Amino acid sequence: MPSELVHKFMRIDHLPHIWCAGCGNGIIMHDVAVALQELIDDPSVPISRDKTVIVSGIGCSSRAAGYLDFDSIHTTHGRAIAFATGIKFARPELEVIVLTGDGDCSAIGGNHLIHAARRNIGLTVVTFNNDIYGMTGGQYSPTTPTGDKATTAPYGNLDRPFDIAQLAAGAGATYTARGSAYHARETTELIKQGVLHKGFSLIDVYSVCPTYYGRKNGKGGAVEMLQWQKEHMVPAAAYYAMSEEARRDKVLVGVLSHTEHPEYTQQYTGLIERVRAQSGK
Amino acid sequence: MVGMKKLVIDPAWCKGCGICAAFCPKNALEIVGEKVRLKEDGVCVACGACELRCPDYALWLEDLEE
Amino acid sequence: MKSKRVLMQGNEACVEGAIAAGMRFYAGYPITPSTEIAERCALRLPEVGGRFIQMEDELASMAAVLGASTAGVKAMTATSGPGFSLKQENIGYGCLAEIPCVIVDVQRSGPSTGLPTSPSQGDYMQARWGTHGDHPVIALSPSSVRETYRLIIRAFNLSEKYRTPVIFLMDEIVGHMREGVALPAPRDLIINKRHISYHDGANKQCYAVPEGEFVPAMKPFGQGERYNITGLAHDVSGFPTNNTDIAGALYTRLMEKIDRNLDDIVRVEEYKLDDADTAVVCFGGTARAVMSAVLEARAAGMKVGMFRPITVWPFPAAHLRARLPGLKRILMVEHNYGQMLLEVQRVAAERVPVGFLGRWDGTVIPPEDILQKLREMEGSAHAE
Repeated sequence: MPSELVHKFMRIDHLPHIWCAGCGNGIIMHDVAVALQELIDDPSVPISRDKTVIVSGIGCSSRAAGYLDFDSIHTTHGRAIAFATGIKFARPELEVIVLTGDGDCSAIGGNHLIHAARRNIGLTVVTFNNDIYGMTGGQYSPTTPTGDKATTAPYGNLDRPFDIAQLAAGAGATYTARGSAYHARETTELIKQGVLHKGFSLIDVYSVCPTYYGRKNGKGGAVEMLQWQKEHMVPAAAYYAMSEEARRDKVLVGVLSHTEHPEYTQQYTGLIERVRAQSGK
Repeated sequence: MVGMKKLVIDPAWCKGCGICAAFCPKNALEIVGEKVRLKEDGVCVACGACELRCPDYALWLEDLEE
Repeated sequence: MKSKRVLMQGNEACVEGAIAAGMRFYAGYPITPSTEIAERCALRLPEVGGRFIQMEDELASMAAVLGASTAGVKAMTATSGPGFSLKQENIGYGCLAEIPCVIVDVQRSGPSTGLPTSPSQGDYMQARWGTHGDHPVIALSPSSVRETYRLIIRAFNLSEKYRTPVIFLMDEIVGHMREGVALPAPRDLIINKRHISYHDGANKQCYAVPEGEFVPAMKPFGQGERYNITGLAHDVSGFPTNNTDIAGALYTRLMEKIDRNLDDIVRVEEYKLDDADTAVVCFGGTARAVMSAVLEARAAGMKVGMFRPITVWPFPAAHLRARLPGLKRILMVEHNYGQMLLEVQRVAAERVPVGFLGRWDGTVIPPEDILQKLREMEGSAHAE
């Protein structure tokens, strides 16, 4: 029997998962499970397991919904946030967590991402961002760095990459953060804060895909790719203590934006109360 | 003693990626035949870094039985 | 509350009927000629404690409807041709994952953007085969404002009973027409509640079909069931499988839950058919001109009746087949290039000749054209 956490919050019958050896997704899914466990076990936090729903789209990342032992729905490609919007808007008392990937949420699902952020609907979106379409065998995604190779960019990728967290923040997300597979403890904390935040939260977690991205681009295997994250991704306290010069080739692990704005479903609940009071129903 | 932990390994769940061994602060783990194991002279301090980063949940800390 | 008489547009009757059926969630995107449905939902749903959301696109509104339904709320969306095309992706998800919901398509003319404000029935085949892969479909089509009110309730009832998306195939004729409607008293309506059951924690076979039933009971999210829904082929536990035996059994069950309950699902209107030698087949708003033509033909001594599928999918093959022995000819009248015609020809199977009167230019077929076509058909029969 694996750890108590895995046994309690994952569907043991469906493990081991389908992800490749060294895939960062397994680490990020663990972060999500730990974050939810800590919130559910905390008596001061009104989050219950039975009122938590996991929603995913299509792609490597999105298999996570089937492994986590909650109400879960594995939807269509790109539409996870739209399904989640329906669930949350219909039943605002539910805690709705979206697990998605860079292609799922910022390419085919990009429109749903920005509009959910704009509405500030109370979803928590965790992106398993591995810079590639893994499930289909390594095509370039909206986060593949310019110049990198993929099966559909054999001469190098011409596209400029998205920064998904900044995209969401620009669209109005009231909580955005960046984590990494290497920074498991920090990422878990960021996910917890995202779930607790009243409004649209997005935690963009850099995963690693050694199979299709790392190997093809001379970035080594899982260990080398996590080593890069260790050296180049810096938790907030250390990051802000650095000089601007030192930060130049570094990526912040931490909260990118955090503002307060009324949450969408609560606003609508207020609208219903106003309309019913006026119409005397 | 309260709070004492020990490392447990289930080789059946290990896919041999080597992340745990590479980032073990005590260099106590090794991959042999694509499976993780504690080195013979390895000193595990039960810090849990490997559990946090194992993508396959093949090793974890458990409370030491009294 | 007694029944009350109101002047109402077809699109409005659609909303009022849906609310009477228990619809409390609407997600949509503006598109002519269905927009009044969204507008009225935005106005009316909060009054009854329901929720309206205008989504960023048609794909999202279909997805949100499915999400709301999994959370236990009866949900609807409405659209027209271009939007109906976009919704197909997630309609297929609803078919496979067995999520009840109602999709209203107020048909407009032509492919692509076509003639947005002109009537058509060009989405008839799309309603059947719009989403990919073999899948079950129920589609209903009203021919009047009054029928719209009652039939949308039936759409919700069938959707809940068979756990499948139901297409409500309106057309611009009915959608934008205003008629006096006697709204039935609530006690006179039959409303199917969602068939819900909960399993104990150990038995999570959420897609197992109980003995004597044809669909699994629905388990809304948030009740501690902790079950999984997927658009992949799945086993009775709701988890993906690559086992072709299990996938094949699932696909077959999805088709058979409709095919084996045609008596319950299929409804037709048969008007003056008992002594008729000529049947005019039509559906939706076209029936109004046909009804008028039938009366004029009768006045001229012709034995003409009307056969109108109300359930347009599955096509009422058995009902039409039962009428064949008395018929010398069939005339299919529809506002497209010949779509239901193919179903009628399949059923008539050359035992009865089938004529066709269609229109696809965005104008409406008047009764006199139908009468003239009937005269031509009868005349050519006499000439032979």
